[in-house]
Amino acid sequence: MSELFKVSSNPHIRSKATTNGLMFAVIAALMPAAGFGIYNFGPRALAVILVTIVSTVLTEALFGLCKYKKDFLNNMTITDLSAVVTGLLLALNLPVGIPLWIAAVGGVFAILVVKMLFGGLGQNFMNPALGARCFLLISFPAAMIDFTCDAYTGATPLAALKAGEPVNVLDMVIGRTAGTIGETSVIALLFGACVLLLLGVIDLRIPGSYIAAFTLFVILFGGHGADPAYLSAQLSGGGLMLGAFFMATDYVTRPITVKGQYVFGIFLGLMTGIFRIFGPGAEGVSYAIILGNLLVPLIEKITKPAAFGYRKGGKYRGSTYGNKKREKA
Amino acid sequence: MAKLTFTGGIHPYDGKELSKDKTIQDVFPESELVYPLSQHIGAPAKPVVAKGDRVLAGQKIAEAGGFVSAPIHASVSGTVKTIEPRRVVTGDMVMSIVIENDGQYEETAYPAPTPYEETEREKIIEIIGEAGIVGMGGAGFPTHVKLSPPKPEKIDYCIANCAECEPYLTSDYRRMLEEPEKLINGLKIYLRLFENAEGILAVEDNKPDCIALLKRLTRDEPKISVRALKTKYPQGGERQLIYAVTGRRINSTMLPADVGCVVNNVDTLVAVYRAVAERKPLTQRIVTVTGDAVADPRNFRVRIGTSYADVLAAAGGFRQQPEKIICGGPMMGFGMFNLNVPTTKTSTALLALTQDEVSMMKPGPCINCGRCVEVCPGRVIPSRLADYAERYDEEAFLENFGMECCECGCCSFVCPAKRPLTQEIKSMRKIQLAKRKK
Repeated sequence: MSELFKVSSNPHIRSKATTNGLMFAVIAALMPAAGFGIYNFGPRALAVILVTIVSTVLTEALFGLCKYKKDFLNNMTITDLSAVVTGLLLALNLPVGIPLWIAAVGGVFAILVVKMLFGGLGQNFMNPALGARCFLLISFPAAMIDFTCDAYTGATPLAALKAGEPVNVLDMVIGRTAGTIGETSVIALLFGACVLLLLGVIDLRIPGSYIAAFTLFVILFGGHGADPAYLSAQLSGGGLMLGAFFMATDYVTRPITVKGQYVFGIFLGLMTGIFRIFGPGAEGVSYAIILGNLLVPLIEKITKPAAFGYRKGGKYRGSTYGNKKREKA
Repeated sequence: MAKLTFTGGIHPYDGKELSKDKTIQDVFPESELVYPLSQHIGAPAKPVVAKGDRVLAGQKIAEAGGFVSAPIHASVSGTVKTIEPRRVVTGDMVMSIVIENDGQYEETAYPAPTPYEETEREKIIEIIGEAGIVGMGGAGFPTHVKLSPPKPEKIDYCIANCAECEPYLTSDYRRMLEEPEKLINGLKIYLRLFENAEGILAVEDNKPDCIALLKRLTRDEPKISVRALKTKYPQGGERQLIYAVTGRRINSTMLPADVGCVVNNVDTLVAVYRAVAERKPLTQRIVTVTGDAVADPRNFRVRIGTSYADVLAAAGGFRQQPEKIICGGPMMGFGMFNLNVPTTKTSTALLALTQDEVSMMKPGPCINCGRCVEVCPGRVIPSRLADYAERYDEEAFLENFGMECCECGCCSFVCPAKRPLTQEIKSMRKIQLAKRKK
């Protein structure tokens, strides 16, 4: 037997899950919301989606080209599909009437500034799509909060709610309202979220604690108590469902510890409540999430789990005489 | 009742159907047998034979090198060819006794056994130590040391580890089906040693036939019970098994005896039975030869020291050229670059795979998905530990419970970015363990 076999460290088998697979699942799960957005707002919504995706993917590709030059093809990062996810999420967070060049600038900002400059996939400290949305909100406020289009002329339901006007909750659940391209339809978003939950891509820890904390906050401080109509309007309105299921659950920018995920969700719920009820605007999800993203290292620090067989703080659970014996051996 | 289990773990393809219905067969080694002097945790054994000596099967050829050590016995009759460093499974060169098999299988005279019920505790432990028995599930911790805790009356549970959670392995399964009495008697010997203890046969529920059989055979044993465990890797890990069965937790700095438990796997208990009831030393074990590259996957009774090449030949050789050969299971086994290494007391299986999945996958950046955290039975954060290990940040590694990793491989298995997490953590642990010894 002269031939040598391959060797490597254990384990010698791997699961089927891949990074692209996970990204693809997220893209697929966003399709109902994106599809409803196009149906609701017309073909221009499709144009916005395509422009942001092309802009994010192209930015990442060009960044790679500048960084690796000739070695570019061996270090291709766009094939992991994460840039597509960012582009799609950004588009779903934009109003349909946004000038296309602004949408493209948002895509460049998301990838170049928030993601690649900090080390690329896995290294960004805040959700690139939300970082870009907040950047656009500050830089181009007029274009970003103008939700009038062919289909709708009034304010978003959440703005109407804040102004004390009546809103149609059924329309909000179905999504027949003004708003950003992907946030309006609760049904489409929840359908996509269910797909991700069933595939095990996300779990309910963050969305559950986020929505629960937000609900509690609104009941306590919303000024309407537990009024079901007001509550359901608050829950269906704005980017809450999109944010809670698709953006707060972004792996890279949420805590990795289980307890930390609950803390993170509760923090987002409280922040969203404060921004929506006490803030000047009607919305608060985007800012709440990026603020939460920034606190992740701290949350992880205080929720560091003790290993199996240890008490909190690293104390042994039992006696340790075996330790000495082992050392002698 | 909820199934007994632990938090974390994975469900890989188990491949057991390849060999689970194949009865145990004997392998007759072709020529020389190699006995590495270090087949166990602790001091290497010291040879008591010299080049040119004639030895008989069952004869002691090396004595224990200390208290935590174990003697080694010849498994065939023949002549000592040489004592020299030989390559072992892990790739190291280890001083070994090489015996040329004369094909006679002439056995040495064994002392007359006395019923264990009438034998003193110390004597039983001495017999077990002299028989060279070590933990045969893979760790190779000398069994007589395990059986000598400072307070034997404090042992509440003697657990027979019949989980066999590693994919592809069926040696324990066959042993349970074919020689259950030996296993049960082995456990009864343990109960003789620990009079306050209760005996538990812990079996994963993917082996319902074993559970039924063992239950039937232990019906009249008030101190022995059979427990079904949820099928999940690494259910047979010592810490996971103790937790599943008793709810007690130990960490890497503790021994099972600290929480009143003694754990041994199926083959070890059978060896204990043979040593005490038949006075035969440990010279054989069951090895599963399996994988999609093997012509005829089977379970073999192997004379320890036989080369893997001989064991494979008994299974009809390769059906297809394999890419990877693994000693042990796919999760914790060693990749071997060639087959001319000897089987030892801790060899559970030979696995030949036509495809090496690992070499086809290119690791990508960590996306912090947390899958490794979900599956880690040690409840640490593997992705971060691997990161500390990669950057050689010893302080952070130790502070974040890096030494609690049991190297089960679950994190590497689930990682969607295909990062070699276990490997990185394992390397750092080795460095730290070596530093501790100094």
